[in-house]
Amino acid sequence: MQEAEAAAAPLFGSCPIPIFEHKQIVLGHGSGGKLTADLIDKIFLPAFQNPILDKLDDQAILTIGDSCLAFTTDSFVVTPIFFPGGDIGRLAVHGTVNDLAMSGAQPLYLSAAFILEEGLPVDDLRRIVESMRVAAAAAGVQFVTGDTKVVDRGKGDQIFINTTGIGLVPPGVNISADRTQPGDAILLSGYLGDHGMAIMSQREGLEFEGAIESDCASLNTLVATMLATPAATPDFVHCLRDPTRGGAATTLNEIAKRANVGMLLREQSIPVRESVRGACEVLGLDPLYVANEGKLLAIVRPDMADAVLAQMRSHPLGQNTAIIGEVVTDHPGMVLMKTEIGGTRVLDVMFGEQLPRIC
Amino acid sequence: MKYLDEYRDGAVASTILAEMRRIQTRPWVLMEVCGGQTHSIVKNGIDQLLPEGLELVHGPGCPVCVTPLEMIDKAHAIARLPDVIFCSFGDMLRVPGSDGDLFTIKSSGGDVRIVYSPLDCLKIARANPSKQIVFFAIGFETTAPANAMLAWRAREEHMTNVSLLVSHVLVPPALEAILASPENRVQGFLGPGHVCAVMGYSEYLPISARYKAPIVVTGFEPLDILEGTLMTVRQLEEGRAVVENQYSRILNQTGNLPAQALIGKVFEVTDRKWRGIGTIPRSGYRLREEFAAHDAEKLFDVAEIATLEPEICISGQILRGIKKPHDCPAFGTLCTPQRPLGATMVSAEGACAAYYAYGRHLKPQGADALHRIDPTPIGAGTGERA
Repeated sequence: MQEAEAAAAPLFGSCPIPIFEHKQIVLGHGSGGKLTADLIDKIFLPAFQNPILDKLDDQAILTIGDSCLAFTTDSFVVTPIFFPGGDIGRLAVHGTVNDLAMSGAQPLYLSAAFILEEGLPVDDLRRIVESMRVAAAAAGVQFVTGDTKVVDRGKGDQIFINTTGIGLVPPGVNISADRTQPGDAILLSGYLGDHGMAIMSQREGLEFEGAIESDCASLNTLVATMLATPAATPDFVHCLRDPTRGGAATTLNEIAKRANVGMLLREQSIPVRESVRGACEVLGLDPLYVANEGKLLAIVRPDMADAVLAQMRSHPLGQNTAIIGEVVTDHPGMVLMKTEIGGTRVLDVMFGEQLPRIC
Repeated sequence: MKYLDEYRDGAVASTILAEMRRIQTRPWVLMEVCGGQTHSIVKNGIDQLLPEGLELVHGPGCPVCVTPLEMIDKAHAIARLPDVIFCSFGDMLRVPGSDGDLFTIKSSGGDVRIVYSPLDCLKIARANPSKQIVFFAIGFETTAPANAMLAWRAREEHMTNVSLLVSHVLVPPALEAILASPENRVQGFLGPGHVCAVMGYSEYLPISARYKAPIVVTGFEPLDILEGTLMTVRQLEEGRAVVENQYSRILNQTGNLPAQALIGKVFEVTDRKWRGIGTIPRSGYRLREEFAAHDAEKLFDVAEIATLEPEICISGQILRGIKKPHDCPAFGTLCTPQRPLGATMVSAEGACAAYYAYGRHLKPQGADALHRIDPTPIGAGTGERA
């Protein structure tokens, strides 16, 4: 690919349709899709490269003495700041707790940094902080440090929140994308796309029959339940990821590339709520690329798939868990899906922002 | 889900496919006209399920793809102006012009907004009286009524800060251009369901008769497309060439008369340049003179922009059904949705973008496949038929 581009350079030197590279940041760089990956590969990784970061999991795993710590950070800039099913504060707790939980860690402590825009109603801040308190209590974590900055009106968008978290990985637990193996089963803990469509309908003032609520939730207790599956073989959970920005399709692509395996999904077995599916059809979006804030994808040993499925379904956040596909040796780095009518198609990484089609 | 699952049923699909195999005696080349149909075909893997020798080629019906580069550059020039709020349907934002796309302009400080309905521009205009609101009115007949309504309302309400940059195109002249071409391979069409929901399908009757090509107005769900394909193949096998309506749950022959009336009041037919194809006479709409005060091309000084497409790009042949994406040496290597070289790679509904997104795991097959098939009828004893 790079060779081809180099060879083509003189040919297209004066091409009026440019070979496209963004010289400045565009919104798509924050979408979690291909452009985000470009930034990471070309700017962040070359500067910060080290073996811990290179794993590119949702959290860093640090071995300090006999302890194994999970460490992660996330910033929250969602607008609107209050939405059906949650708010920016609740999201800031769940997001970081979930990134820790995806390593199998028990989340323990969080930091919170607030960037407030001049003019933000104090009542709104109070409401957000109260929501963070409730979410933290439910997840069993404590805020132990923090920071506040205020920027001029117009220099921020009401409120931005950063949370950083640490958790303790139980002995013997080793969950990472690169452990994914052909034959493994792919499980999804429930309906796709609720969060993204809740935000989108609120943001665009779209009204759909039956309000769509965000699924935002802390998944650490679901993970603990999974890890406690009875009669488990050792290391039976190979990889856990919460499919946030970029959706399930982008997350699965990241895992497939990381582990150099293929994946084959069955469209029919992927749970999507009717209201979400309808809203996506209307807007020309694909639920597989819509963000989730309370769902996880689990890659588990095939002999344990049914037991983990049953265990997940016993948890309130996993009642609609389904086995949606399997890891295969063919087409490494690529995710394919068997469609409802029997065809096959590629599920690619999301490129930039997901845009509504016009007809 | 109601009205979705019914049209995605694998068992019904198998029945239709079996019938197709039963009646098909020789190879046929069909074209689906709409980008939405192309998207559905590749997304659902319908092309992989069709009997051997039955080829679907992809038509010019992706409005984003066929919008000429000059028009996109004009849009970008307007969007860069400081007192303009430039409104567009979402997928136009990613289409590169000669210098960047609307996302880039937005990130450089241009006020670019995605709207779901053209009428949202009226709200934006009322909230921003000191700004000029320009809507990029592109598309086929499908989007014409809503776009016309924006111009109509802007004039009725004496809004001095609303204008449209119009680049509307029409399906029937494009079908004629394809059929009249000496290179044409297309023998039958899956007609454009949504376009006909607005316009009806009377204007397709003379085209079908003149060129002896079946046209089956078809919907967008997998079973719609399979049924439309079966109906077209049946006509071809029986030696008939008429217009039929597969999408009768949505449309009839007359279409939406109030919408047509509104289009007629606001727009008039004009010659249009199609990206990748060239100028087709009387193939588009422009605003009537009465709406000159809302015509962005007249309000903004956007000079004629001369552009050239890269020579390697074969999107013109793809849009006319002569070639398929895999036939292009640049497909998936030099030319990707992130770095499109031509029209059909820029929108999700473009044939190249759809192939790239959903079908690039498949072995290249396309125009060549037809050449490999003996053009004489498949004999009854070949085992190809059920």
